Amino acid sequence: MLEVCGLQIAFTLYERGLKQKRVMPIRHLDLEIKAGEVVAVVGSSGSGKSLLAHAVLGILPHNAEVRGEIWFQGERLTPERQAQLRGKQMALIPQSVSYLDPLMPVGSQVQLAARRSNNPAADVEAIFWRYQLPATVKQCYPFQLSGGMARRVLVATAAIGSAQLLIADEPTPGLHPEMVTETLTHLRQLADAGRGVMLITHDLEAALQIADWIAVFYAGTTVEMARCEDFRVKGNPSWPAGLRHPYSRALWAALPQNGFQPLAGSQPSSEEPIRGCLFASRCSSASEECRGSLPPRQRLGEGWVRCFHAQG
Amino acid sequence: MSLVHSGDPQVASPLLPESKPVFWNRRRRTILTALGCGLLLVLVLLSPYGLGSEGLSTRLSERNLPPSWIHPFGTDWLGRDMLVRTMHGLSLSLWVGLAAASLSAVMAVVLGSLAASLGGWVDVLITGAVDLFLSLPHLVLLILIAFSLGGGMRGVLAAVALTHWTGLTRLIRAEILQLKSAEYIQLAAKLGHGPLWIARHHFLPHVLPQVIVGLILLFPHTILHEAGLSFIGMGLSPHTPAIGIILSEAMRHLSTGYWWLGVFPGLALLLMVKAFDTLGTNLHGLMDPRTSQE
Amino acid sequence: MLRAKGISYRYAPYLPYILERVNLEIKPGERLGLWGPSGRGKTTLAKILAGYLKPVAGEVSLDGKPLPSKGFSPVQLVFQNPELAINPRWRIRQVLSEALPEGQPLNLEALAQQGVDPSWLNRWPHELSGGELQRVALARALGSRIRYLICDEITAMLDALTQAVIWESLLKQAQTQQIGLLVISHDQHLLSQVCDRLIEL
Repeated sequence: MLEVCGLQIAFTLYERGLKQKRVMPIRHLDLEIKAGEVVAVVGSSGSGKSLLAHAVLGILPHNAEVRGEIWFQGERLTPERQAQLRGKQMALIPQSVSYLDPLMPVGSQVQLAARRSNNPAADVEAIFWRYQLPATVKQCYPFQLSGGMARRVLVATAAIGSAQLLIADEPTPGLHPEMVTETLTHLRQLADAGRGVMLITHDLEAALQIADWIAVFYAGTTVEMARCEDFRVKGNPSWPAGLRHPYSRALWAALPQNGFQPLAGSQPSSEEPIRGCLFASRCSSASEECRGSLPPRQRLGEGWVRCFHAQG
Repeated sequence: MSLVHSGDPQVASPLLPESKPVFWNRRRRTILTALGCGLLLVLVLLSPYGLGSEGLSTRLSERNLPPSWIHPFGTDWLGRDMLVRTMHGLSLSLWVGLAAASLSAVMAVVLGSLAASLGGWVDVLITGAVDLFLSLPHLVLLILIAFSLGGGMRGVLAAVALTHWTGLTRLIRAEILQLKSAEYIQLAAKLGHGPLWIARHHFLPHVLPQVIVGLILLFPHTILHEAGLSFIGMGLSPHTPAIGIILSEAMRHLSTGYWWLGVFPGLALLLMVKAFDTLGTNLHGLMDPRTSQE
Repeated sequence: MLRAKGISYRYAPYLPYILERVNLEIKPGERLGLWGPSGRGKTTLAKILAGYLKPVAGEVSLDGKPLPSKGFSPVQLVFQNPELAINPRWRIRQVLSEALPEGQPLNLEALAQQGVDPSWLNRWPHELSGGELQRVALARALGSRIRYLICDEITAMLDALTQAVIWESLLKQAQTQQIGLLVISHDQHLLSQVCDRLIEL
């Protein structure tokens, strides 16, 4: 349904005065989402997760330069095509209620979303019932909703349309575990109904609860695309055998329940021009080869990985 | 996965090819536009010193001449050069406008920060006054104040200053209130800094640019209102070469075919007001982080 | 010892109490975890302990005396979202200097140990990632004059690896300086990793 191939995004920014500099927050992104799948995009802040969502929807700022290809349902996306599809075939589930119109009852907003996505006959009653929202909520304004209800309304707004691709950008930050599970369950249900879901999150644990695929981002690069089960296969005592990229392993091993292991160094900034593997500066098995050129994608098992040292 | 190619051509270039920096980029254009407007306004402000007041004296031999190379704006029924009169008028209006707008801005800064920092009944009083002034018809209030102070320079200054402080007061109050609740401001106190230090280091750098832009955007209003008051005879005395006086005199001669008496001064006024507006908008665009990267 | 005794709080007289008669104690060098569902007033309690809010009833005391209201507070609070806790118009150098007495230079060595790269000093906050900014916020709070640190969900917005890196250096410093920690989180795995005692609100 969605294929992102070799996406690169650069910005020219002004420093003080007229001096300009170039940054490249997205270096080599690749991703594929099929209908009926949840693909979790996992990485730290600054790894380019949100920019990917903006690039797919075509809502990057004007000073962005984009290379690479994005294909949606078999056709290549152009800015014009993105404008046509946005809100109809592709929809964003935003982070917080502040994206809702504060002056309009939520029932009308859900109705409006349905009309905008060419689905005016959609039953608002039914969707409210599906997401366990009392009928009285329809008359409420966003500020009158509790945090949990507001989140359900946001999902309902995206679910009522006919959008085939749903992009959820960090839907669970700072939420209590029960609410996280509820929100994630809703996303899973949407995928089970045949839609494609891109779940953008920094929270690997949350992603593992519902995703089919995990795309691991590091410094604007997809370093590994792994099945969710790959994170569960027991193997080496310190990480699951299914994981091939050292960063994926480090991310997993850093979870408090998996050992809480830190790793020295930090993610390279988007200003640094780097020829080789982006993770080389922090990787214990990095060699000359790794520093010299970016590892190509290597297919291993069902997924793929960008690492010279990965073995099947 | 279908998209895995063994060769993967994109991988070869780790960076996008460097695109040539555009010389006429948006920021350069914005800064130059702002500089151009600023220069124009300074020229207008100082033009009387350059042109001298020779053209202001009566020369009955050169009455009612249409525009020519010697008198680009023509001459009036007393033979006075309209270009010199217009520039004198604009300059005077500009000075009055500057003074009135600055008075307004000072009022706005004092009242806005008092309302936001003291709160309570002070806030109620000041926001009440803002609402009251906004609910009264602008022009009526302007005329009323000018009239009750007996017109003249003092009346115009007071009337224009007293009717233009409201918008900026609201803006400053809202800005300060929002800053007050910001985590980094509350944290500054816990790092051991007193209210004065916080005001100087956190509030001032944030609010000052907004005040400057607000002030510049006030000029067009104050200048137009000064001209308006003088035009209807409530403002500066008829002997001063103010732009409002020139325009109101021109009205009497328009029907007799002396079109240049009104058209050129009017256009000049419009141009100056537009220059201020452009200057303010461009500066705002540069200072606002949301638009400064475009 | 940092002690909260009988703390009650409500945001207005007509609203219900969000905290009622809460007691807790943190000893120097101790790491106390605070867990509880959202809406139970964890953040409110954090703000009361750090002196941002005055409790309606009860008192907070440091070694038997009330918290000082002026000067560098020995009880510092670090927030969940570093973007909001750092002035966006300041360079990182200025942000870090704010915690030092006027004129005292930054200790680059200590900063490096706290994971703050010297190359960040001339940058603007929006040029750093969330994890990097949070390290700056922590370094700012962890001066020589701090005794207790309240951590309100400080890594909830960060990925697991950044979280582990931040906690490693924070725990090390708390250990050497005998700083008492109150760690607020909804993540029980995290709390059991970093705390030696846990209470539920």
